[in-house]
Amino acid sequence: MREDETVQKIEQLVYERLLIAGVELPEDVHAALRSAAAGAEDSVILQAILKNLEIAEQTRLPMCQDTGMAVVFLGIGEELSVCLGDIRRAVDRGIARAYTDGSFRKSVVEEPVFQRTNTGNNLPAVYHVEIVAGDHLSVDILMKGFGSENCSSLRMLNPTAGEDGVVDAVVSIMRAAGGKPCPPVVLGVGIGGTSDRAAVLSKKALLREVGSTHRDSRYAALEQRILEAVQALGIGPGGFGGEPTALGVMIEQEATHIAGLPVAVSINCWADRKVHIELDREGREL
Amino acid sequence: MKYQLQLPLSQEAVSRLRIGDEVILSGSMLVGRDQVHKRIVQSLIDHGTSPVDLVGQTIYYMGPAPAPNGQIIGSCGPTTASRMDPFVPDLLRAGLTGMIGKGPRSTEVAEAIRSARAVYFAAYGGCGALYAQCVQRIELLAFEDLGPEALFRIHVRDFPVITAIDPLGDQIYTV
Repeated sequence: MREDETVQKIEQLVYERLLIAGVELPEDVHAALRSAAAGAEDSVILQAILKNLEIAEQTRLPMCQDTGMAVVFLGIGEELSVCLGDIRRAVDRGIARAYTDGSFRKSVVEEPVFQRTNTGNNLPAVYHVEIVAGDHLSVDILMKGFGSENCSSLRMLNPTAGEDGVVDAVVSIMRAAGGKPCPPVVLGVGIGGTSDRAAVLSKKALLREVGSTHRDSRYAALEQRILEAVQALGIGPGGFGGEPTALGVMIEQEATHIAGLPVAVSINCWADRKVHIELDREGREL
Repeated sequence: MKYQLQLPLSQEAVSRLRIGDEVILSGSMLVGRDQVHKRIVQSLIDHGTSPVDLVGQTIYYMGPAPAPNGQIIGSCGPTTASRMDPFVPDLLRAGLTGMIGKGPRSTEVAEAIRSARAVYFAAYGGCGALYAQCVQRIELLAFEDLGPEALFRIHVRDFPVITAIDPLGDQIYTV
């Protein structure tokens, strides 16, 4: 792997993929919306969403004016030797260029409480770095809108709360969200770890394909149970009632402490925009 | 019911609206979100006046994405309305008639809308590209320092919304 070439390639890939991600939904999400609309032909909202996606594709305008804050997961294969600083700078440059050239809204302010001055380039992004098995380098990016993010939440359950406790926690978070997060939503559920780790896991869960099944059958069944319970809330597209309330529920779980059962829920709007880039040891894209 | 209505809204047109009505709006509306609301209310408290005349006006909770070269506006869908809830009673007292956003409002807002005989419309959440097609003109009115969050006026044609809180104070969402 020629490191400078790889770094340039990462910048260019991040740039190109974000330009597309702001305008066109990934196929898994688009398919889920089409199938929802086919089951509810009288839904004004679902029809408007599909029409909006057509217009976005034709005009190359971002599908939603909230082009989000970039949440970046870097997966570094443990057999690789890389300069993380270079990679981070490359991803940052790719984000800044895409948000400018794509007429995306720059929505990041440099400090949260007092002046709230816009940074002008949608940076900084939120970074999570994970060391993973193998020799691949992956960059996953969520363009995370904040209408839905404001509805994300955390519950610290008792260790004995079990499946029922988890289902109740997610349902209560979604009930409180109601029509605010632009349903039909996609739910990332992070279970275990510590409060902060559960929140990161809930974002990581959003990287998975909508409609995919968890690798552990117990958690796959739990995803299904949560999905059914959330649909039963009847919040519906746009919050106007009916179905679906959610397009998918994805769980990521990890080890936790004997005294606790953290459950974090990241709510994403139907504009579930994400980018996945993966390079092998030689810098070839997979 | 389905209606085509001209902005600014007439009191007579507003009084007929009921939750669930699909309305197509044409004319001019104000555009402002969180910081604009905070500043308007501060101005009402400090000086007793709003920096822009609110009487009979409709305000759209929106902060546009930048306009690509040669285009009027960028992506421009609604933002979550509930964040503006605390400011609504003051704006209604200053004469505001209509609000456009997305998502449920507090019971206090529904009650304030009922007493002012006003209306809250829901626009389609996330549909910024669709709404960009409805905008014919945009002008900056105040607070340029807020960038995409500044106070604008836009002129729209065939802008689709759904009546979400009607002048009776009924709300389409279950809160």
